Amino acid sequence: MLTKRIIPCLDVKDGRVVKGIQFVNIIDAGDPVELAQAYDEQGADELIFLDISASNERRNVIIGLVEQVAATLAIPFTVGGGINSLEDIKSVLRAGADKVSLNTAAVKNPDLITLGSEYFGSQCIVVAIDARYDENLGSWRVYTNGGQRSTDWEVIDWAKEAVKRGAGELLLTSMDRDGEKSGFHIELTKAVRDAVTVPVIASGGAGSAEHFHEVFAESDADAALAASIFHYKETSISAVKDHLRQQGVNVR
Amino acid sequence: MIGIVDYGMGNLHSVQNALRRLEIDHFLSEKKEELVEADALLLPGVGAFKDAMHALKKDGMDGFIVEAVQSGKPILGICLGMQLLFEESEENGLTEGLKLLPGRIVRLPGITSDNTTYKVPHMGWNRMLIQKPETPLLQNLSTDFVYFVHSYFVQTKDRDVLLATADYFEEVPAVVGRGHIFGAQFHPEKSSDAGMEILKNFGAYVERRQQGEAI
Repeated sequence: MLTKRIIPCLDVKDGRVVKGIQFVNIIDAGDPVELAQAYDEQGADELIFLDISASNERRNVIIGLVEQVAATLAIPFTVGGGINSLEDIKSVLRAGADKVSLNTAAVKNPDLITLGSEYFGSQCIVVAIDARYDENLGSWRVYTNGGQRSTDWEVIDWAKEAVKRGAGELLLTSMDRDGEKSGFHIELTKAVRDAVTVPVIASGGAGSAEHFHEVFAESDADAALAASIFHYKETSISAVKDHLRQQGVNVR
Repeated sequence: MIGIVDYGMGNLHSVQNALRRLEIDHFLSEKKEELVEADALLLPGVGAFKDAMHALKKDGMDGFIVEAVQSGKPILGICLGMQLLFEESEENGLTEGLKLLPGRIVRLPGITSDNTTYKVPHMGWNRMLIQKPETPLLQNLSTDFVYFVHSYFVQTKDRDVLLATADYFEEVPAVVGRGHIFGAQFHPEKSSDAGMEILKNFGAYVERRQQGEAI
């Protein structure tokens, strides 16, 4: 049967891997090509490469960097950030990515999910959802533009809509937990996981190996993503997997 | 020298990247007159069966492949490229394949006989259960985990062609083949250690065959 996947995320800005706390206070965390190689060797099941400068500055992802990263990898590889059109999706896939992650553009123009999945197959269309709890809404609200702009979408409704349109996977980030290292948002992950039939990647809040066990055991997420704890070597992918194996979770 | 068949379907870069890293001689071509020079063919592919067969039929690439393989050229089909080796597929209406291996491509039902539902596509890392340990492609593997992404799978009555399977609610053929014909349902080029080892084994097999060893 399928294993639970551990996915390091490389947030890239101006050609460097960076990491912020709650989407701001960005600091440098290394060279993307070196980190990609290191994670592949450590046993990462997949890699996500997000050009976080892209949506704000309205420029395309750096195709050259994607090519370089892809050339070193023998694991699946997702690219997101500033992908606004079918042409953008095509150029990223041609540069060597296996999947694209759509966020702001998908909310602005949901047809992009439909067209993208019809042209390239659902398996390569990931819809990334940035979620923050909203007291007025009594639920989580979808944010775009790197977490800077609120939308009218409630998270569960948007998740269902994205899947209906052909999203093959959801990358669900809790903005409330992002960078806090207090654990994944179990309740949010479970709510989305129960609402859709495609794999859900839990993101935001990983601080220890046990947090990965929690999110798999309690929300049945299909994969879990982390950035800073891996970049700063607070734990390693192999340590996380050892822990999961001890807890009886099926990992590679 | 392995000739990668470029017929406009799928991610040729990752296969090429992998062969380059493994230092396996290869070239990419859409021309029969170039591919005829190859010692073996690699048939990649991502997308729909019908579109792929339609693309192969242009310029008679389908006939060329069948003839080359029947005259003894080894072939490795990957993912959709593996499915194309079979007789027919139910994807978007019944479509004939290359008929080099016996069987039909059908959709993963997404529900078991006892009404358990499961996700389609079968996407992620799963374990190969090796059925034919003597298969050249499956020698000296350091791990059996490989990366799958597919919604359709092979059904065949001829279990002899099942070299390795995977368990995903159904028995999913993972590596298939007969003689010098091979196919992998998963993506070796994305399957880390096991994937690289399988590609390396294919490269070595082609080389041995080229040097005239009886296989």
